[in-house]
Amino acid sequence: MAELVLISTLNGINFGLLLFLMASGLTLIFSMMGVLNFAHASFYMLGAFIGYQISRWAGFWPALIIAPILVGCIGALVERFGLRNVHKNGHVAELLFTFGLAFVMEEVVQIIWGKSPVDFRVPPVLDFSAFTVFATNYPAYKLFMLTVSILIFAGLFLMLTKSRIGLIVQAALTHPHMVAHLGHNVPLIFMMVFGVGAALAGIAGVIAGPALVTQASMAALLGPILFVVVVVGGLGSLQGALIASLLIGLVQTFAISSNFSLSDLFAGSGFSPAPKTILGDLWRVTIAQVAPIIPYMMLMLVLILKPTGLLGNRDS
Amino acid sequence: MSVPPVSSTASSPATTAVTQPMVTLAAPSRLKTWMPWLVSAAILLLLPIRLNSGTALTVMSLMGIAIIFSLSYNLLLGQTGMMSFGHAVYYGLGAYFVVHAINALIAAKVGMPLPLLPLVGGFAGLAFALIFGWVSTKRSGTAFAMISLGLAELVGSSSLILRTFFGGEEGVSTNRTQLGKLLDVNFGPQIQVYYLIAGWCLLSALAMFALTKTPLGRMCNAVRENPERAQFIGYNPQIVRYIAFCISGFFAGVAGGLAAINFELANANLFSAANSGNVLLATFIGGVGSFSGPIIGAILVSYLQIMLSDFTEVWQLYFGLMFIAVVMFAPGGIAGLLQMHRPMWKAGVLGQVVPSYLAAIIPSAMILAGLALIVEMTVHLCVKHNEGGVMKMFGFAFNPATLPPWGVALALIAVGVGIFRFVSPMMSDAWDTARTRAREKGVVI
Repeated sequence: MAELVLISTLNGINFGLLLFLMASGLTLIFSMMGVLNFAHASFYMLGAFIGYQISRWAGFWPALIIAPILVGCIGALVERFGLRNVHKNGHVAELLFTFGLAFVMEEVVQIIWGKSPVDFRVPPVLDFSAFTVFATNYPAYKLFMLTVSILIFAGLFLMLTKSRIGLIVQAALTHPHMVAHLGHNVPLIFMMVFGVGAALAGIAGVIAGPALVTQASMAALLGPILFVVVVVGGLGSLQGALIASLLIGLVQTFAISSNFSLSDLFAGSGFSPAPKTILGDLWRVTIAQVAPIIPYMMLMLVLILKPTGLLGNRDS
Repeated sequence: MSVPPVSSTASSPATTAVTQPMVTLAAPSRLKTWMPWLVSAAILLLLPIRLNSGTALTVMSLMGIAIIFSLSYNLLLGQTGMMSFGHAVYYGLGAYFVVHAINALIAAKVGMPLPLLPLVGGFAGLAFALIFGWVSTKRSGTAFAMISLGLAELVGSSSLILRTFFGGEEGVSTNRTQLGKLLDVNFGPQIQVYYLIAGWCLLSALAMFALTKTPLGRMCNAVRENPERAQFIGYNPQIVRYIAFCISGFFAGVAGGLAAINFELANANLFSAANSGNVLLATFIGGVGSFSGPIIGAILVSYLQIMLSDFTEVWQLYFGLMFIAVVMFAPGGIAGLLQMHRPMWKAGVLGQVVPSYLAAIIPSAMILAGLALIVEMTVHLCVKHNEGGVMKMFGFAFNPATLPPWGVALALIAVGVGIFRFVSPMMSDAWDTARTRAREKGVVI
């Protein structure tokens, strides 16, 4: 039991921080431009595929640096030549634009790399087990993921709170016009924030690619959970996004490793509904089987109790 | 009800009625109101006489379903300003409940005419919209969109867990012909299903159109435009959104029910993100600003989905690019573009812009052909490399691994853009002149 708890906690934090790498970029972009980037998970997918391609040509370490930069550049171009032109038509048009973009990016990736998963492998240097708890080997690559996520999180935090650029970004979040009057180029800041947000998603893609499966549907698989994170945390709140990321990461990881069902809970009562009924289905379904819908049930619960999300205070 | 005059057409009959006798006004205006519906009914009735092949009937049936679905979606997006990424939930649940209802009726040997069954789907959609809408309409805008996405995932994943009701991966099938005959019609042949769908399509469209003219419809528009002002005049925007959401869920359920009758099957694919996305794409491409927009969009998108997939494997890419182009350059959709030309049509000066449009067709076609060439060559190199080096397009055979075809593609785009730059001032000139003429002739723009 202690073994399960320890491993699940580590995996949960790992997944949670991966979610936060993406959610932080998404939240920054949302706070600043008021647009929820529907294509954010697509930048994560793009990061994984570009990282895979570069790692085949030049190895994993160059890929870890170059792929996020490339994804960031693509993001900045999308903002400059796409989103900025749509801005005048309002937030619905912006959201629709990013929706169309996500659609197109998935198609393009499918054309270039095919529909089946690509063989993106853990680099040989990190392909060993870091430590053994009881009988479980914990792979070093997961520790590496954890380290990268924490380093980036710390870097982002320091940059936002301590650096001059961070101060300007923070000011532009709440008072874009004032910042513009002070002589800063706000559209440029917007473009950079969008680029950095895309690059963060790109990093998440490169480090998650070898651990999870690199395929064209990975954006569609993770995207909805990402939006759950930002809505549960409270739209526009970085702290909220962090809490929600870790919460969803931990809950989902624990749920996947749990084989418990209602029939176990009431095993002593002697009550057992017939197998081919709706109640029977509910009775026998294990927590591991409902793991995919747990984030959405949390979303419902949070919205009923606190419609603005955990730490949110603004209504979109 | 006294709503501040949102549109001039809403208040004009009332003001003219004061000065003119009611009788003379009512007769032509009533005919004018019903004319489009009578024409639509006639078209729906007569279409199968010309287009009576099996494919045509199938396609037209799908279009009818798509029209109801898109119109119901536009009650949210166009009328009330709520963007949903999960409208397929109500469509899918409607389909499942209709399939189960048909099976239950067959098992119980109870006769019920098949044309009434889409109502079961409608009420299923309504019931779930009542539940899910209560949570999701607490928020508007972006948060609402995200919640709708989460709900779609919730229902989609649940459908794979509750296997007894949703039938797992293979779904639940039924047989519509076993339900008994209604006046010797057993709904076996596609033509009978077509008329069933056409009838429901007309009825639903009429009901939704009437809804936009009611005070409730106007309040939906007010909530879309300015929720704060709507609140100031005494309406709770949240409740207006909730009601609109429920009605929309009802019609989505009707559409889903018709789909279940058409395919005699309901499976988990109904809840897919692609299904929710398609209705959004169709509605927006058609145009959210007018009632006819979603109808145009549904017809066009259904047609493209079926026809384009014969020509190219990557039709979804073209589809997505078309959507982005509409969002960027024509946010009013096709209906919006048509509406822009209406004043000129009325003033009889539309002919003046046509030559410049014709001149723009050539460079536009060149740019599109160049882009399509690049896409198809990339596809050939990446996906179909085992089919040999030579590909065929536009009647030419060439090897995409060599440079000349890429040169041709880039040249097409470059020359096209060049000509377009030359033509576009002509277009805007002709446009401005025609508008001025129309204004001089007293047409309100």
